[in-house]
Parts: sequence; C-alpha cells; structure tokens
Amino acid sequence: MLDAALTRRLRQIVGEKHYRDDPEALVAHSYDGTPMLQSLPDGVIYPADTAQVSEIMKALAEHRVPLIARGSGSNLCGGTVPVEGGVVMVMHRMNRLLEVDLENLTATVQPGMITAAFNAHVESLGLFYPPDPSSMKISTIGGNIAEGSGGLRGLKYGTTKDYVIGLEAVLASGEIIRTGGKLMKDAAGYDLTKLLVGSEGTLAIITEATLKLVPPPAAKKTMLAMYKDLYGAARTVSRIIEAKIIPATLEFMDNPTIRVVDDFAKLGLPRDMEAILLIEQDGEPETVERDIGRIRQICESERADRIEVAENREQAEKLLTARRSAFTALARIRPTTILEDATVPRSRIADMVLRINEIAGKHGVSIATFGHAGDGNLHPTATTDARDREEIHRVEQAFQEIFEAAIELGGTITGEHGVGVVKAPFLEWKVGAAGIEVMRGIKNAFDPHQLLNPGKVFAKAARKRVVIDHG
Amino acid sequence: MAEAKAAASAVPKKPAIDHAHPLSRTLLAKLDYDQLTNCMRCGFCLPACPTFRETGVEPESPRGRIALMKAVADGLMEPDQAFRDQMDHCLGCRACEPVCPADVKYGQLIEQARDAIEDHAERGIAARGVRRLLFQGIFPSRRRLRLLGKALAFYQKSGLRRLVRSSGMMKLFPEHLREMESILPEATGRGVIERIGTFYPANKEKVARVALFRGCVMDVLFAETNVHTVKLLAEAGFEVVIPRDQVCCGALHAHSGELETARDLARRNLEAFKDAGIDYIVSNAGGCGALLAEYDHLLQQDPSYRELAASFSSRVIDVSRLLAERGRLLDFAETGAGSAAETTTVTYQDSCHLRNVMGSSDAPRHLMKRVAGVTFAEMREADRCCGSAGIYNVTQPEMAGQILEHKMEHANATKARYLLTSNPGCLLQMRLGVMKHGNGSGMEAMHIVDFLYGRLSGPPD
Repeated sequence: MLDAALTRRLRQIVGEKHYRDDPEALVAHSYDGTPMLQSLPDGVIYPADTAQVSEIMKALAEHRVPLIARGSGSNLCGGTVPVEGGVVMVMHRMNRLLEVDLENLTATVQPGMITAAFNAHVESLGLFYPPDPSSMKISTIGGNIAEGSGGLRGLKYGTTKDYVIGLEAVLASGEIIRTGGKLMKDAAGYDLTKLLVGSEGTLAIITEATLKLVPPPAAKKTMLAMYKDLYGAARTVSRIIEAKIIPATLEFMDNPTIRVVDDFAKLGLPRDMEAILLIEQDGEPETVERDIGRIRQICESERADRIEVAENREQAEKLLTARRSAFTALARIRPTTILEDATVPRSRIADMVLRINEIAGKHGVSIATFGHAGDGNLHPTATTDARDREEIHRVEQAFQEIFEAAIELGGTITGEHGVGVVKAPFLEWKVGAAGIEVMRGIKNAFDPHQLLNPGKVFAKAARKRVVIDHG
Repeated sequence: MAEAKAAASAVPKKPAIDHAHPLSRTLLAKLDYDQLTNCMRCGFCLPACPTFRETGVEPESPRGRIALMKAVADGLMEPDQAFRDQMDHCLGCRACEPVCPADVKYGQLIEQARDAIEDHAERGIAARGVRRLLFQGIFPSRRRLRLLGKALAFYQKSGLRRLVRSSGMMKLFPEHLREMESILPEATGRGVIERIGTFYPANKEKVARVALFRGCVMDVLFAETNVHTVKLLAEAGFEVVIPRDQVCCGALHAHSGELETARDLARRNLEAFKDAGIDYIVSNAGGCGALLAEYDHLLQQDPSYRELAASFSSRVIDVSRLLAERGRLLDFAETGAGSAAETTTVTYQDSCHLRNVMGSSDAPRHLMKRVAGVTFAEMREADRCCGSAGIYNVTQPEMAGQILEHKMEHANATKARYLLTSNPGCLLQMRLGVMKHGNGSGMEAMHIVDFLYGRLSGPPD
C-alpha cells in the first residue's frame, strides 16, 4: 500500500478512475507472458499524455516508489512483472498515431499503439514497417522498443532497433528528453536513441517514438522446404547465406513443432518431416525469381524431401501461418510452455540444434525447437507443467546448459526477448564482469535511485525464477 | 522417462489450500485447474474480447479474468464484490477461444466460476424469487412457458399493452427494459408443433432424417421461424421430426451459474431425442445449438448419460450448415416488386456461439450469396458480439448499450436493407439497434431462415 498522500497526488494527476489499487487491478497487472512469474504491484496508473507521465514520475521519485512501464504485457522475459512492487504504468491510453511524414518517410507514434494496427495503417499508405514480432496483434510499439523486439523479417531488415530514429522519454527525475529526430544521420554525442531501445524500461519511460519507414518490396515469394534429415535443413540455412543470398525470411521448425502447429492450424503439414524451412524472398521481381530458384537448388542438393513454392498471396499466408502459430501451438502439449531465444552466429545453427537435442535428452525433458534460423535466433521451447517442481528443475538445468552452449558457439543468451528477470542470472556469461560494470554505470547515471523497473537486467546474488508456491 | 512419467502422475492437479473464505473454497473445487494452468498469458485473446476493446483494461479481458480466478483459487486474493461483478461483465461470447493458441476452454471456466458464485449468492428474497421463477419455474417447463407465451400474447393483443404504454406505467421500469419491451415480437401460445405437428415429410427424395430443436424463446416469440426452418429443410430433402418432450436447452442456466438445472434439462432432452432415429439434430438458434453441441462436456461426469450425450452432441448442427453442406441445392429467387435490376443489399451479424463454438461462419454467408438479386455486404467486425449475449443486455445494460452502438455504426455503413442473424437474442438486439441507432434507414433485422424462406422459388404452399 502506498502512502495516502502519494495516491491522492497520483489521482489528481490522472483523474480518479485512472489510478487503481483495488485487488482486481493489482492481480491483473501482476504478470506478463512469462511462465511461472507473478508479483503484485502497489498500484496501477493509466496516463493520458507525456506531461502526466512526467508528473507521475516526479511524484514517485519524491516518495522513492518504483515504476514499471507496460504495454500489453506479452513479453517473455518477465520484463513487466513488478517483482519489487511499485506502480505499474499502462500505456494503452497513449495509443495515437501522431504523424506519418511522407516527405521524410517517418512515422511518429505514442507507445501504446498496437504494432499490427500501426503496420496496417502504414501499409495502407503504400509504405512498410518491417519489424513483425509474433505477438504483433497485441504487442505495442512502446513494448517492442523497450524489449528490442525482433520478428520473422529480422535477417534482412533488422529488428525494432534499426527503425527507431527518435524518442521522447521521461527520465527517473521526471524530466523529459528528446533524442534523435527525423534524421537518417545524427552524430551528436552518444546515441541515446539506440541506448534506450532494448533498455527494458530500466533507463527511461518512452512516451513517443519516431520510426523509419521504407518503401515496400515490389514482389515477394514464399516457399517451404521439408526435410527428413534435420541436419540437411540446418546445412541448407548455412549454404544459402554462403551463396550470398539474404532471404527476407528464413525460418525453421523441427518435428515436434510441425506436429503441434498442424494440430492447431489444420494446415495439412507433413507430420513425418524432421524439419521444415520457411523461406521468403522479396525485392524486384527478377531478383526474387532468381534467388528463389537458387535457394530451390540448394534445398534439392541438401536432399529436401518436398519443396513447395506458394503460387499466390493466399497460399503464402497459409505457409506463414504455420510458423506464426508455432510458439502458441506448442502450449497445447503440456500446461506450461517455456520459450527461450538462444542465438548463435548463423553458420553454427546445425551445431546448436544438435546441442539442444542432446541436452534435452540428457535431462529427460521435451524441447521443441523452431525459430529465425536465418539470423541464428532459435526458440528452444520446453513443454512442461509448472506444478511439477522436479521436472521444472530439470527444465531449468537444461536451459542453463543451452545458454552455455550458445555462448560457447559464439552466440548470446537472448536474441530478441530481452533479459528481464529470467535471463538476468546469465547476463554476465555474455557480457563479462566488466561489461556488467559498464551497464551498471549507465543504469546509475539514468536512474540513481533504482526506481525504473527494478530487479530487471541485473541479477541479485542467486536470483532464480520466482515460482508461485502452492505449498 | 518411465520414471519421469510416474513422478508426473504424482503431481497434484490442484493446490491443497484450505481456504477460509467459503467462495474461495467452492471456486477451487469447481474450477478446472488444468485449464487455469493452460493459460500461458500470451495475451492473444485481448484484441478478440469485446469488453477489453470497450474498456482497454486488463481485468476486462479473458486473460485478466482467468488470472483473477486463479488468484482466488491460489489464495492470492479474496473473491470480493468486484471479483463477482467482473465475472458477470463477461459476455460469454467466447470469441477468445478460437484465437487461443493454448486451447484454453474459457467458456467452461467462466461457467464454473459463475456456478460457484451462484452457490454463495446473497440475494434479497424478491430477487431470489424472480430468479427461481424464471430459471426453475418457467424455462424448464414447456407448459408454463407456453402459458407465459399466451399471457404475453394476450398482453400484446388485448389492448393491455396499449393501455400499459399509454398509462405511463412502463416509465416505472429502467429505460433498457422499456426499450426491450417495445421491440418484443408478437408472442404466441401456438408453437411449431401446434402449427404443423411432429412430423414433416421431405419434399421429393429424402436426403436424411433430422429432428428440430425448437427452443423455448424461439417457439414463443419466433414460432413462425421454426415453421419456416422445417419447410426449408423439407425442401432441401430432409424429413423432419419434432420430438414433443423436448425442453429448454439450458444455455441461459449454464451461462448464469445454474449448472445443475442445465444438466437436468440436458438429460431430459437426451431422453426426448434418443428414440427419434435421426441423423442430425437441427438448431436455428446459435446460443442453443452451442450448448446442445457441448452436452457431452456438460454431462461428462455423469456415467449414465455420458455416452448418450456424446452421441447427441455429435449430431447437432446449425440449420444454415445443414442446408449449405448436406441438403439439396435450394433455388432462391428475388421476390417483391418484380425483377427490377437493382439488387437488395444484405449483411449478417454472426451469432457468437454459432461462430466460436459451433465453428459455423461460412455456411450462412454462402446461403445469402446464393439468393438471386442479393448483394452481400460484409459488415466490419461482424464476428464481434452484438451485446445481447443471452440475458446480458438485461443485466449489464450499460456495456451492452455501448457495444450495440458501435455495432450499429458498422451495420449502418453497409447500407444494407436487411440485417440477418442466426439467434433469437441477437435478432432482438439487432432490432433494438435498428430502432435506436438505425437513423430511419429502413433497415430490417431478420432471422436468416425467414429471409431465405421468403426467397425460396415456388415455396411448397
């Protein structure tokens, strides 16, 4: 419970009904898309504009109360769970598209806008915003920026960070800063824009973003290649890149994933395949045809069992549906689904898939793997049951070894989900002790009193996942 | 792995918590804890949920409501009045189920929650009495429902209605009830059996033998639609029987926390249909059909009816789907003022339970498009609940009104002459919508069966 004077002030800032601290509101903001993680906030606030965000932050800073900014709460790293209490700030009321600048090819949006709605609007204007995280139907632009979200098109087009060119943000003191702008070049000082992207709400609260738009590709082709040999599929990925082709999409699903996706989406996928690659190329029609032709040859020489090239948009959408449903379809096998995003240099994909299978076998756990193979970003996904403590323990051991393997292969612990609470204990493995110190220095410069999303990114000693105790 | 399996089976399904709060205890007992665990909180249901769309706040979403149920079951919060109200805010449209990747049976969870809440409901004597009269006295009884229909017909026809309306007596009722009263169609004491008997032969060669589920509200307020349903079916080659002993499906009970009464009604219907020797059980009300199709789930704990329920549910089908997919092709023509070149525009409001539970959204559209001289204009968000939701528009008038207003903006944009639906509740709500927000466009809300019947080339009589 917060100090009565503070709650009065918060209500004055946003209006009576936009600050809540009743049990219903607290429970409904105690979780996000991360399994087995729940913690109650002290209050929930819905600001209408940047000025309110600034006033709220000033009030909280005076009382040293933490603030956790949140969009739709669909992230998978515990990024928006208020593990140390405080006030959850929901950005849904700040959901307007402020401007599309056709001369500069930029869009300026408020953080609460739903990504898919933004994409659809931009496309209706004949433009293109490539980042497409799988949760885009519900995730917000602000959440995508905070988590540095990726998506299927990351390989060729990059991720959210490559499209954010300007930000307005509120600091822990309540001050408002503006970074970057409608500028394709900007060498003025440290690049605070890029620093804030992926900072998981620990450095500032994003209140407005200027995004780069690009012309849409003229043509696109989608194809599937299916393999009875897992390693043939993995080698295909490496060989496509080696052939100096960068496909717009190069996605991978293993057999357990294929089966559940087919059950869910009823797509008639072949259930006896060990791996499927979903490949898309876009660009000028001639280039697309040529690349798809060359990719087809590579698939054939790696002994793909079946190759399907979509003849039209409808067929292509169907092929894409398979991959887009993967994460969520896996949730049907067992009650609890833990999805990670270990990432390796793309030339090491085959080795990584092999290691994941080995590790899963060793610990006797079910791990299905799919992911953005073209950029080395795999999603080993454990299907388990949160109520089975012993099994969960084995799953955690397996993931620890998977992260270790990724690092050994020159990779990282997270490609696109962020560190949050879940991967904080492993961050040092990736960035080293000195790296952690630099990051802490940055954190302290922005947020000396540790008010913004505390408990994230940096691990406290021996911090583990917080499992609700049914004891 | 065998060891792991043995260990897994030893894991308790539910937390062993001895709740002090009696409602928490009942919720923990009645909620399907597997389903609570299956929700992985991905949030994909949020954009599909009408109440989340209207309010934008997490507790008004399926993910939020499941989290609240689980929090009570886990002892993280007390089931306060706000919790109980929140469970009532849900329309029960189940639009969240088809989009749920984890296949969480949200509809079952919300019914279990309401059932538990109902066990501990503290109502005034009057409210309790009205509820008992409706749910246990009237709906389950064919005879009493029929009497009510006659009374309503008497009220409407005898001049009593006029008298009541002119006396200003209706002003004593809340506005939304007054509005509802004004759009109620002419009730009747003569249902489909009284009009055409219990058997109707197939026209020409028989395709299959089917039984009509006549419904309770349908047969009092829309008996004519039931007759049209039978005649359309006969025309498409179906021999139709109408089992006399059938009762209310129990959907309103199940959705309102009266699961035991719903089960009783289900058992009576199973008995009524079991010897009919039929291939299909046809419903023309999405809300009823959806529950009939889930009798197997409703009675899964009842060993003496489980098998009968499974066989019954597997035969349930909506009239549009049966006509579109199994029947002989019907010939629909234009009617009315000659064969003018101009076409009639129609649009369609999905019945949520027909779409989300029975999985039928294409069939009605196919049928409408087959009618000569008709242009089908898809309404934006036709798949979104209209706010009727059983008795939701009576119990939650504010939210229902808000949803209806948005719905009618989309309906008006189609400039349709006819707004068709597949469920009596939706139909009444659409009529209310046209009356309140139709802007005098002359749009008419109609059951799809009545529309199709009116356009049948050379009807049998």
